[in-house]
Amino acid sequence: MEIVLVGLNHRTAPVEVRERVSFTAEQARRASEELRSKGILEETLVLSTCNRSEVYGVPPEASRECAPGLSTFLSEFHAVRMDVLGVSLYHHYDREAVRHLFRVAAGLDSMMLGEAEILGQVREAYRAAHEQGGTGPVLNRLFQGALEAGKRVRTETELGMRPMSVASAGVKLAERIFGKLDERSALVLGAGTISEQVIGQLRDRGIARLFVMNRSKERADGLANQYGGEVLPWGDWERALPVPDVIVSSVATEEPVLRRELVEQAMAKRGNRALFVMDLGLPRNIDAGVGKLYNVYVYNMDNLSEIVAQNRHARENEIPKADSIVEQHVGKFLSWQASVELAGLVNELRTRMREERAQFIHARVESIQHLTSADRAHVEKLMDEMLESLLLEPAQRLRGEKDLRRKIHNVEALRDLFLSNREKP
Amino acid sequence: MHYALFISTAVGYALSFALYLIFLNTGKALTGRLGTLLLAGGLVTHYFALLERSRGLHTVPYHDLYGSMSLFGWLLALTYLGLELYHRQRSVGALVLPFILVFFVAAHLAPADKLSPPDAHGPTFAFHVALSILAYSAFALSFVLSLLFLGEERLLRNHQLGDVVWRLPPLELLERMSRSSVLVGLVSITIGTALGFLWVDRLSDKYSFYDPKYAITLLVLLLYLAYFRLARTTAWRGARASKLCVFNFVIVFLSFTVVNFYLSHSHRYF
Repeated sequence: MEIVLVGLNHRTAPVEVRERVSFTAEQARRASEELRSKGILEETLVLSTCNRSEVYGVPPEASRECAPGLSTFLSEFHAVRMDVLGVSLYHHYDREAVRHLFRVAAGLDSMMLGEAEILGQVREAYRAAHEQGGTGPVLNRLFQGALEAGKRVRTETELGMRPMSVASAGVKLAERIFGKLDERSALVLGAGTISEQVIGQLRDRGIARLFVMNRSKERADGLANQYGGEVLPWGDWERALPVPDVIVSSVATEEPVLRRELVEQAMAKRGNRALFVMDLGLPRNIDAGVGKLYNVYVYNMDNLSEIVAQNRHARENEIPKADSIVEQHVGKFLSWQASVELAGLVNELRTRMREERAQFIHARVESIQHLTSADRAHVEKLMDEMLESLLLEPAQRLRGEKDLRRKIHNVEALRDLFLSNREKP
Repeated sequence: MHYALFISTAVGYALSFALYLIFLNTGKALTGRLGTLLLAGGLVTHYFALLERSRGLHTVPYHDLYGSMSLFGWLLALTYLGLELYHRQRSVGALVLPFILVFFVAAHLAPADKLSPPDAHGPTFAFHVALSILAYSAFALSFVLSLLFLGEERLLRNHQLGDVVWRLPPLELLERMSRSSVLVGLVSITIGTALGFLWVDRLSDKYSFYDPKYAITLLVLLLYLAYFRLARTTAWRGARASKLCVFNFVIVFLSFTVVNFYLSHSHRYF
């Protein structure tokens, strides 16, 4: 009942290696099946995201012995030479493997600390592996524990609460002013990568109407079609500015796109309804005077980057709290694991003692002539009762005392001690 | 019995305040819900404390400074709870509960000073007083909401986003909550004042018609009507309307203190 993990992530492997070792859903299924059919693992689960590829498994023998085989399998499966892959791979076993997975699910191991997506990706990987029959009792329990730990970290800490990108920080700020955006409209000036990121965030937050303005109408059309927006002709400020509640500008320009007078006129037309402006252009797209207008809130790239830096710091402060939750769940899982293993050990010990008792009776008691068969049966019964009473208390304590289970770190050592001349099950 | 009710009310409000504060800091929904539950519990025990005391003294709660302040605290809590449930927003609780607690506790410290009993009691007079105090508490709530709006607006405008700004209600919601509160106050003060005039009219042979309280109440009514109207106009929408709301409450405060104590002869505690 060992657990092994072999994988790589954004910390250990450059993107060129990560993209070669990533798994599609179909590849994950196939790899999982192959690992089981080749007898490398009994239970398998492949977790593959843009920043990590990891294989979790329960090997049929001691985990440390199967890790090299697993690395070789990954190298062959993705046709990546071992000298390239080997330096990027990490191997974790048992407690470390459990802790690693729980930290991954909590977002503590993500490139963007505390990101929310990873919990969904772990859930999806587990669902797929479970449906394909890749998981068994150990991985089922392990991944259920990971999801539970990840969920607790998200609800009980602020690890994932604050925006960590300029785009999401801007959209969250708009919500500080307007509340929910599902009845609001936004105008996006420019159709580059940054504009697209902000549009994605606005759509995620349910913005009701989206207008796109760009010098090149083709690109504006593309973006509007992709995200369900309307294209407005570049420079038609009179029509465009009075409507939106949020304006996002990311245009390459030497001169400000929106001058104070332009916005002032628009504010008069819109009855001074609040206007939130995200100026993501460098040089700035919005005239500095716009920020001084009544009910206009302007945030430029520097303002938003500073917020992101503050938020990153705030998230980092939450790491000890999140780690403590992870440790609680690691302890819970290991306790369960120990209870299952120890219950098995007690049963094996019972069988072994009964066999020893049978041999003992056969060798010693049967040679005593004056004992009748009834007497011998009585002696056997008494010996059975004594053996049961010897095992009963430890078995009950193992079932009832979590701390005791935690203290017994190495069940294999116990097995070797009491069942040394026997083959391991 | 009265002491037990006082203690349970104070503890209920204090715990509710602590939970609202934790909710503001951590955003844990369960903590916020518990804060609301404890506030509701505090409201119930506060009601029975008022009832118990009134029965004991054979008079209405607003007969002395104690009762008047305590009733104000209770109506403030009730108005806030109503707004919280209506707007589904708990972040303001941590800022309103201290006022409720202060009024509730300060009522106990108030000096023993009673009004001379009015010549005629009855439901008209009771509704007149209760609705007037309800209006004051609703205006107090809109004052807190407007202050909060101005503070948050300044922080957002100056790009000074600390930990708390992410937890506070959005500016537009604060505006809406403030308007709702003012609406409650306006309706209450209009009906309450009308009932007051009705009551005085019945006793016109015994009371002089003029009281400075009438003028200041009319002024308060006009100022809040102006706020209610201006808060949606181009020129006043946003911070300006909130500043007007803060100013209006200064007048309400003067009405409740200076006018009641030193100028009015029949409105000492309401």
